[in-house]
This record gives sequence, C-alpha cells and structure tokens, in this order.
Amino acid sequence: MSTALLQKNTVRLSLVLLVIVGAVAVFAPWLGLPDPEEVNLAEKLAPSGPGHLLGTDHLGRDVLARLVFGARTSIGSVFAILLLIALFSTLAGSVAGFVGGAVDSVIMRICDIFLTFPTLILAMFFVGILGTGLTNVILAIFLTHWAWYARIVRGIALSLKSREYILAAKVAGTRGFSLVARHILPAMAPQVLVLATLDIGHMMLHVAGLSFLGLGVQPPMPEWGVMIGDARQFIWTEPQLMLYPGLAIFIVVMAFNLLGDGLRDALDRSGMLEERVR
Amino acid sequence: MGRYILRRILTLIPILFVVSVVVFLILRMAKGDPAMAYLRMSNIPPTEQALAEARIELGLDKPVAVQYADWFMKALRLDFGRSYVTGRPVLEEIMHYLPATLALAGAGLLLTMAVSVPFGVLAAMGKDRLPDHLMRAFSFVGVSMPNFWLGLLLVYLFSVKLGWLPPMGRGGAGHMLMPVVTLSFMSIAINVRFLRAGLLEHIRSRSVLFARARGVSEGRITWIHVMRNAMIPVVTSMGMHLGEMLGGAVIVENIFSWPGVGRFAVQAVFNRDYPTLQCFILMMTVIFVLCNLCVDILYAFIDPRIRLAGEQR
Repeated sequence: MSTALLQKNTVRLSLVLLVIVGAVAVFAPWLGLPDPEEVNLAEKLAPSGPGHLLGTDHLGRDVLARLVFGARTSIGSVFAILLLIALFSTLAGSVAGFVGGAVDSVIMRICDIFLTFPTLILAMFFVGILGTGLTNVILAIFLTHWAWYARIVRGIALSLKSREYILAAKVAGTRGFSLVARHILPAMAPQVLVLATLDIGHMMLHVAGLSFLGLGVQPPMPEWGVMIGDARQFIWTEPQLMLYPGLAIFIVVMAFNLLGDGLRDALDRSGMLEERVR
Repeated sequence: MGRYILRRILTLIPILFVVSVVVFLILRMAKGDPAMAYLRMSNIPPTEQALAEARIELGLDKPVAVQYADWFMKALRLDFGRSYVTGRPVLEEIMHYLPATLALAGAGLLLTMAVSVPFGVLAAMGKDRLPDHLMRAFSFVGVSMPNFWLGLLLVYLFSVKLGWLPPMGRGGAGHMLMPVVTLSFMSIAINVRFLRAGLLEHIRSRSVLFARARGVSEGRITWIHVMRNAMIPVVTSMGMHLGEMLGGAVIVENIFSWPGVGRFAVQAVFNRDYPTLQCFILMMTVIFVLCNLCVDILYAFIDPRIRLAGEQR
C-alpha cells in the first residue's frame, strides 16, 4: 500500500517538475534573460553574481540563459522525434497488423533489419552520412527507433483485430477511416503513449550524447549536451560549468522515467509493455 | 543442441548479407562526390578530366548493383577499401583500434554481471524493505544518468579532487576503472530491476510451491528453481547490453581518451571518411550479431523449451 502511494507521489512530483521545465522552455524568450548566444569575452568565466545568476561560460555567455534556451532544444528535439515515430510507426505497424499476409512480412523484415544494428552506432553512421547538425540527429534517432515501435504497434493491432467490439463495429458497417479513427486509434493510443513516455528519457540521452560528441547541435546554439562538451576542458578550474547542464539532463530524464513508470503501472494491465533493455 | 546451433549460424548468412546491402545503399545517400574525395586523398587537382577518370577507376559509372557486386567480391577478400584520410587499408586501421574497445566492452559486461546479480538478489530478498528501496532508487538514478556526465563527474572526483586515478589514456588497471564503471552503470541499473522482477515472479510460481511440498531444501529452491529461471531474462538482455556498450564505448572513449575504435570513428564522421565509417558499422554489427548468437545459444542451454521447440519441427 505504501509503495502504491509513493508511486503516486513520484508521478505527481515528476509531472509538476516537467510542467515547470516545459513552461520555462516555452516562455524562455519572455523571461528577461540575456541573449544565450551573445559572446562577451570581457566577462568570460565570471562567477555567479547579480548580473549572471549562474555565472558565464568560456565565451562570456550567460549560463542560466543557455540552460533555459537549451531546454527548448533538448526537449523540442525529442518531441520532434516522437511525433515522427508516432506518425510513421503507428502507420507501418497497424498496416502490418491489420492487412497481414505479404505486406506484414515485408514490413516486419524491414523492421528486423533495422533492429539488427546497435542503435547508437547506426545513429552515428546516419549522422556521418547525412552530416552533423540537429535536424540530422533527429532523423538519425528516428530512423534507429521507429522499427521497435512499429513492432509493438503491430502486436497491439493483432490483438485488436479479433476483439469482439471491432468485429461488431465491422458488422455494423463501420469501415475504413471511421473504423480506424473511432475504434482502433483510441484503443492503441494509451499503450503507445506509455511506451513513448518510457522512451523519452532514453532518446534525450542519445540526442545529448551525440551533441556532446560534437555530432549533433552545432555551436553557438545552446543545448545541454553541447554545454557539457564545452565545459569539459574547464573541468580542472570551473567544474560548475559541467555540473549545471548535466544536472538538468539528469533531472528531466529522471522525471520522464518516473512518469512513464507510473503510467505503465496504471494503464498496462495487458503486460504488453514489459520492461526491456535497449 | 548441435542442430540448434547449426541452424542459428546458418540464419546469420542472409542477415549479414542484407546488412551489407543496406549499409551500401545508405552510403549512396551521402552528400558529396566520392570521386572528389578520392582525388583530394591522392592530392590530384580536381579537373573535369581527373574527375571523370576517377569515376571510371572507382567504378562509379557502373550501375549500383554492379558496384555492390564489386564491393562484395572485394569484401570477401577482406578488402574494404582505403581511408580517405590516412590512405591506409580501412580494415587494418579498425583492427588496430578494436582490441582496446573490446577490452572495455568485455570488462563492462563482466562488471555488469558481477554487480547486478547480487544487487538484484538483495532487492528481491528484501522486498518492500530498505534494501529494495535503495536498489529501486539506484536503478532510477542509473537509467537517468547521462553516461558522458557520469564520466566527467568521476574524473572530477577521483582525478581532480582526490588525485587517485589517471583522468585519461590507457595503461594499468587504474586507467580502466573509471571508463568501465561509466560504461556499465546504466546496464547494471537495468539488470537489477530485471533480476528483481524475475526472482519475485518465480518465488511465487507453482513449481516452487511443488518443490517445497516435496520437501526440497530452501537453499536448493532458491538457487536451482528460482535463480535459474530468473537468470533467463538476464542472460537474454546481455546481448542488448553489449549493443548499448558498443555505442556507449564511443562516448566513453572520447571522455577518457581511450584509444579505441569509437574515438577513431567519430573522427571519421568529422572527416566524412566513408570507407572507414562503412567498415566500422559492419564490424560493430557483426560483433553485435555474433554476441547475440552466443546469447541465444546460452539461452537454449538454460531453457530446454527453446531448443526443443526447434527440434520438434
């Protein structure tokens, strides 16, 4: 009983946290912060003070402003990836599940191929081919993650296919688009949502990791992984520079993980979304 | 068992073939003219005529299928082309850096198993008490921690503040410690949860109840009936952890200046050194696939249902 309560509390806490971070990210331009990309070498590596609450980095840019605007990049890119996956994988997976036959085999074999590669290595390869930059990282992470979702959606589609209410809707003459929009998508949505929430943290770490290596977001654009990458060379003298963005990633990823975990416990009675390793 | 292993090895051939085709096709999407890159590498001024000649020399005027066949025949002879940057055979370069990466990933896998098994048992045995709560907190921290940040925090603590460990490079065991911990932290966290869930599930199972009814000793029940079943998902997840470690190694090698193939590959991305990238992804995928094969065989060894299902057909 106490664990169930604790669970609810962690879910509530992480939701509040994510709403705050989300609001700060959305309203960043109106918070009266300095320009996160403005270089001011006269004030480089300044300690925290009234002008710069968290001090400045090696180019004199305001660390707090970079953190806040970095949230837009980090969280925004993950949502872009999720949107791509939600559209594409749901389509591919449900077509495979509902049409079946040769179409199903072809789609599933394509998924198998994508799942043969180690994820981050394949993402790195795509970035190597497409070129570095945020858009290409988003594409690369999408390309390396979609197959896994498509597979799950196919599983859900297969289990829905033979449900009586779907059959009843068909018998009653519901066809095509309205069958999908009124009966199938609403049944799929919660499971896909839980799955996505559980995976957001993982994707954020991949985006930040690639940016840390210099393959993702390019300077001067603020992003948490890039900030840690920049701060590396000052680890001996200015360790706080790598502390703030790391803490930001850690807390947001943790909040998404706790939220996903709580949602799964609440929604997943079918056991479809079991724990997994990626 | 022998037939099972043979069948699994045979299925690898089409998989690896398709993988090589896909990698080849993705490479065709690359921006920039390979002929131009080739000329730059050979220090030839890129005149129209030189470009045309390079295209013929590289076989770029032929249809893609023929180009692939040419590449495939060479690859069978372990010729993966030359690096655009160093001009040396790509395979030679990769093999030079590979042992350091494998040492890192292997040590990471060992550490993962050595730590997560006792932790998982501890969590399951102390369910809903302090050890369980601690392990739960640990695994949430573990899966949320960016590995590159963890690496830097370790460097700050143990190299900058305490001066106990060298911050970078390869050498003795001291050099190995921080990279390996960084690399395996997340896998340990995931495995602890896996094992805990598995153990709790099997403690409640009917076979355990029956064993108890037959008077089997508690020790035997714990280690043979529960542990063996709970290990199955842990063993299957090992292959996946390895994939994560090969990817993680790229980041860890960069933080600790570990002279492995991942650091080399990041340089190849910056230099747009396509032959190196191609050989790198093929090599990593082959390692990944082979390790998953070993895991599957191990899996069949632990769980007779798997190999029997195959032989009944």
